[in-house]
Amino acid sequence: MLNPDAKLNPHLFDDDAAQAPTRDGYGTGLVAAGEADPNVVALCADLTESTRVDAFAKKFPERFIELGVAEQNMATVAAGLGVSGKIPFISSYATFSPGRNWEQIRTTIAYNDANVKVAGHHAGISVGPDGATHQATEDIALMRAMPNMKVFVPCDAIEAHKATRAAAHIYGPIYLRFQREKTPVITTEDTPYVPGKAEVFWVPGKGTGARAPKSDVLIVACGALVYNALHAARELEEAKVGVTVLNMHSVKPLDERKLADLAKKAGAVVTVEEHQILGGLGGAVAEALARHAPVPIEFIGMHDTFGESGSPDELIVRYGMTSKDIVAAARRAIRRKKLL
Amino acid sequence: MESLTEKKLESLALMATRLREDVIRMVSRAGSGHIAGSLDMADIFTAMYFHILNHDPKHPDWPDRDRLVLSNGHICPIQYAALAHAGYFPVKELDTLRKLGTRLQGHPHRGVLPGVETTSGPLGSGLSQAAGIALAARLDKKKHRVYCLTSDGEHNEGNYWEAVMFAGRNRLSNLTAIVDRNNIQIDGFTEEVMPLEPFADKYRAFNWYVLEIDGHNFEEIVAAVAEAKAIHEQPTVIVAHTIPGKGVDFMENDYLWHSKPFKPGEAEHALAELRTLRGKIKSEHQ
Ligand SMILES: Cc1ncc(C[n+]2csc(CCOP(=O)(O)OP(=O)(O)O)c2C)c(N)n1
Ligand SMILES: [Mg+2]
Repeated sequence: MLNPDAKLNPHLFDDDAAQAPTRDGYGTGLVAAGEADPNVVALCADLTESTRVDAFAKKFPERFIELGVAEQNMATVAAGLGVSGKIPFISSYATFSPGRNWEQIRTTIAYNDANVKVAGHHAGISVGPDGATHQATEDIALMRAMPNMKVFVPCDAIEAHKATRAAAHIYGPIYLRFQREKTPVITTEDTPYVPGKAEVFWVPGKGTGARAPKSDVLIVACGALVYNALHAARELEEAKVGVTVLNMHSVKPLDERKLADLAKKAGAVVTVEEHQILGGLGGAVAEALARHAPVPIEFIGMHDTFGESGSPDELIVRYGMTSKDIVAAARRAIRRKKLL
Repeated sequence: MESLTEKKLESLALMATRLREDVIRMVSRAGSGHIAGSLDMADIFTAMYFHILNHDPKHPDWPDRDRLVLSNGHICPIQYAALAHAGYFPVKELDTLRKLGTRLQGHPHRGVLPGVETTSGPLGSGLSQAAGIALAARLDKKKHRVYCLTSDGEHNEGNYWEAVMFAGRNRLSNLTAIVDRNNIQIDGFTEEVMPLEPFADKYRAFNWYVLEIDGHNFEEIVAAVAEAKAIHEQPTVIVAHTIPGKGVDFMENDYLWHSKPFKPGEAEHALAELRTLRGKIKSEHQ
């Protein structure tokens, strides 16, 4: 069942559940951050509307900096601002930033410890018809491997707003990952959000302590696919499988304690992300569990392949990221546990 | 290159209108895609594939073919339409643009569709690749020409100017860049977003030979390409002044049409306007 402590959207599973793209939460979060702190500045590279920086640009024209189509320059100008007391947010599509300007981010933002926030938009394959050139599926890996860099992947527009505001408060380089398409609003204003701490969104049932129901499998997800993970959990629950779903909104730092604790209890894990399983959330979880709680893991994500053109829904089906795929992966993970 | 007779001019004008119609139908059917640049480059793509290029659509891998490298990959609808009508693949396939399983990816992908020389879409890296192709041709003592079609907006990219320097330094006279100088990009007019003027002077400063033309005039397009071939110590850039959305009144010069999807009825309206234009082009040449 939905974890009551998470105070999630009670209409989550309704057909007409509210939907919004996570980038919308970035747009409102950026304006709120700008209101709260006059040092917040926004930089964009000819994608102001689609990265939702337009509201900030309108409200604070003197704090909005247009670079043109120049992501490398955007990162390095931001680094200069960041070491000068400003809190720059740089925005483009994730394939271009942090894709194209990776070395600039590495040297002048991360190594330089400049207080810059990198917002990568249109991440994942659900970008759809634009095709693989515009579908970032390596950005988490790129950013996660970089010392000093944090990686936040919000699951819905509300969490995206909170993550953006939090990023403005935390000193240092942070990568924020956003998606283009409208997706269900999973959380509410009251859902706990602590940067770096994972939240349990689904529990195996009522009761605590000795009476706590057994967890057969742990599903760890990030981004909008958290919704599919919850759907899968509901289906598995109907089949009497005890499921825990962990929203890993901070891929770095990774909440290893909670992860290891829940993985030990369940004994089997499924990771879910709209990203390559190599180096992404799946990689991060596998690295942590190899150290703390080695259990069978199944990986939902891109399996060392590029995306392609198609509608977002078609691509989620083609690349095996539906709730059905997650259910099947959970059953595989549970089977493997019994073979041990 | 054959001579540009009145008859040939007329057939090119008809083909350009045809390609524009296809672009509108394709983007409308796909529900997304980049329309303004596709329409404004229709005349240049027509001149290239139906008059200028030394190519063989039935043998797309022929080693001595001229290379057309599209750097601003987002305007691939016009390239796809031109490739199909030139015989690289069935015209019917244009209907599949951006659909799951298509060879006509949202941005062009080398290897899946004949005639596509490089994968593109991420801006600013096409000229470097074209320079590499031109350098390889020189090393191999090949005579074919390399044409890089680029946009003005992508001149914001640092990578682009690195290629300009490189080609100038290496006197890549077998390389011709043709810039779609339509004055728009996504966030607005180029001179407001990130000014490029004096545009031609910048190229001159990097040792390029510069020509400026009306990008909708076939005689000027063909003459400029011929002149470029006669330049032996420098790469040439042809700055093609174009009207974004060319051919459809309600799109022309409006930067919002960079990639705005059609509302119901708009595509039909645009097609109707093009039909009257076909008459106009004809009468201008008569
Ligand atoms: C590296 C990179 N950054 C951003 C984009 C997003 N983008 C696509 S087209 C475009 C505008 C470029 O201007 P131009 O090519 O002149 O556009 P047009 O004249 O066709 O409207 C931008 C910023 C991209 N494709 N590649
Ligand atoms: Mg332009």
